[in-house]
Amino acid sequence: MKVFMIPPNSLILYDLVERFGHQPLSLMGELREHVVKPEIESPPLNLSQEDIMNGLKYAGIEVPSGVRGRLGIWGPMVDEAEAAIIMHDMPYTFGCVGCHRTNLMLIYMVRRKKIPILEVHYPKTDEEAKVMVTKIKAFLEGLK
Amino acid sequence: MTIKIAQLSCGTEYSGIQSEIDHAADTVGGKMVYPDVAFDDIKRSVDEFGFNPASPQLQLMIARAKSLADGHYDADAVFIATCFRCAEGALVRNEVRRYIQEHTKLPVVTYSFTERLKAAQLLTRMEALVTIVEKKELLARERQVGLTAGIDSGSSTTKAMILRDNEIIGKYWTPTGPVLETGLEVLEKALAEAGVKQSELDGIGVTGYGRFLIGKKLGAKLIQEELTVNSKGAVWLADRQKGEATIIDIGGMDNKAITVRDGIPDNFTMGGICAGASGRFLEMVTKRLKVPIEDLGALADKGDWKKVNMNSYCSVFGIQDLVTSLAAGNTIEDVAAAACHSVAEQVYMQQLQEIDVRQPVIQVGGTSLISGLVKAVGDMVGSKPIIPKHSQYIGSAGAALLASGFLEGI
Repeated sequence: MKVFMIPPNSLILYDLVERFGHQPLSLMGELREHVVKPEIESPPLNLSQEDIMNGLKYAGIEVPSGVRGRLGIWGPMVDEAEAAIIMHDMPYTFGCVGCHRTNLMLIYMVRRKKIPILEVHYPKTDEEAKVMVTKIKAFLEGLK
Repeated sequence: MTIKIAQLSCGTEYSGIQSEIDHAADTVGGKMVYPDVAFDDIKRSVDEFGFNPASPQLQLMIARAKSLADGHYDADAVFIATCFRCAEGALVRNEVRRYIQEHTKLPVVTYSFTERLKAAQLLTRMEALVTIVEKKELLARERQVGLTAGIDSGSSTTKAMILRDNEIIGKYWTPTGPVLETGLEVLEKALAEAGVKQSELDGIGVTGYGRFLIGKKLGAKLIQEELTVNSKGAVWLADRQKGEATIIDIGGMDNKAITVRDGIPDNFTMGGICAGASGRFLEMVTKRLKVPIEDLGALADKGDWKKVNMNSYCSVFGIQDLVTSLAAGNTIEDVAAAACHSVAEQVYMQQLQEIDVRQPVIQVGGTSLISGLVKAVGDMVGSKPIIPKHSQYIGSAGAALLASGFLEGI
């Protein structure tokens, strides 16, 4: 199944999803497509005005361009998702996302989809980490 | 009967505009009400809703929306408003609007405000909300009966139409000058074309910005805001009275996007912050290009908008882009195409995001006669809009049609 992750650039969640036999919807993959497109010259991410306009499907013009630009990339991934894992309270280093407003909207969009969702909190101890991984493993193994 | 309008909002008190909102509702026979929620309900509602904004007042807004949707609070219509330029507010506002529409049948209007709230625009929205609730039977009218006239006193042009037994027998339009005189002039000319006298009319309906002035002078049976009247006129002229549709009216001063179900509006947005997204901008472009506005569409059809950089939110900067493009050697065809594309893009960005566009799209108003703009709107919404015959007369057609609803015994 195609599994969306929040934060969408978490390497740890990506690895877990892939390890348990599913397809992680990868922000890195999406951005790679952009970065290697030779015809666009808008470094570092090569986001064009068209990408930001695509974000209008998810948020109106009054919403800042950075939110719309993020949603322009992540929104279609959410549309594609068949399951999702949401991590709450993660530190900066777990997945650099940068915009709280986008995160709020992203979580809402995932919840609206009525797909299987696992919501977990970032572990503070080794024991909590083991519990979290066990939960994720059980969730991913349960997906059909 | 007082129409209860549930207010779901954030920031109105501290923007100093709450009294304006109350006043607008009061003026049109409505009353702002605030769905009751208990403290404990707020967290539960937010959790169930799934969007957890940091701002407590937005959380309260969500809880109130849930209270309405769950039937715990009774209201006739919903007014959803947040501060202009608040990202969190804009996100919540739109999702609450969607939620209310998915879970209730209440008419909804959304609004983003600044401290300089435009009283006339707010009044039009409130009036439309109240009209949808109060005059549902009138708005359901599909046929015109008797001999009636409709006048649409718009910001750029004033139009009149005479209808007899559901047929158009006279019409006339002219640029708006002094409001009353222009209204009387178009009525006189339309009556002359129809070959009837004003004294023979069974009723008159008036809409548009000058509706109160003209309507009072003529003793009109119907004096009504343009959102409901125009949508009625649009579905009547397009012969799309049944089912769903989206009406796009790019006007001289503001734009309207209205969704209808069986000819009755259930959601609308009305923009007017920037002239760069209105017909006025196209007028300015034609003046600068020294071409008649009637020729702009055909010119745009021949041009390529991609060759010109014109994506301004403001008419002044838009004209600067135009001047720069012409100086750089772009053809007037390309500039005309870019101007049409720019207006369509801004209508798409600023307004069509606040409603869920339903097919078919019916494009109306004077600007719907500019083929280049119609093509640009079609590119944006992904389908070719329907342009009804006499599409510039929607307001006057709708006013004449609805005015006939007051005729008893016909």
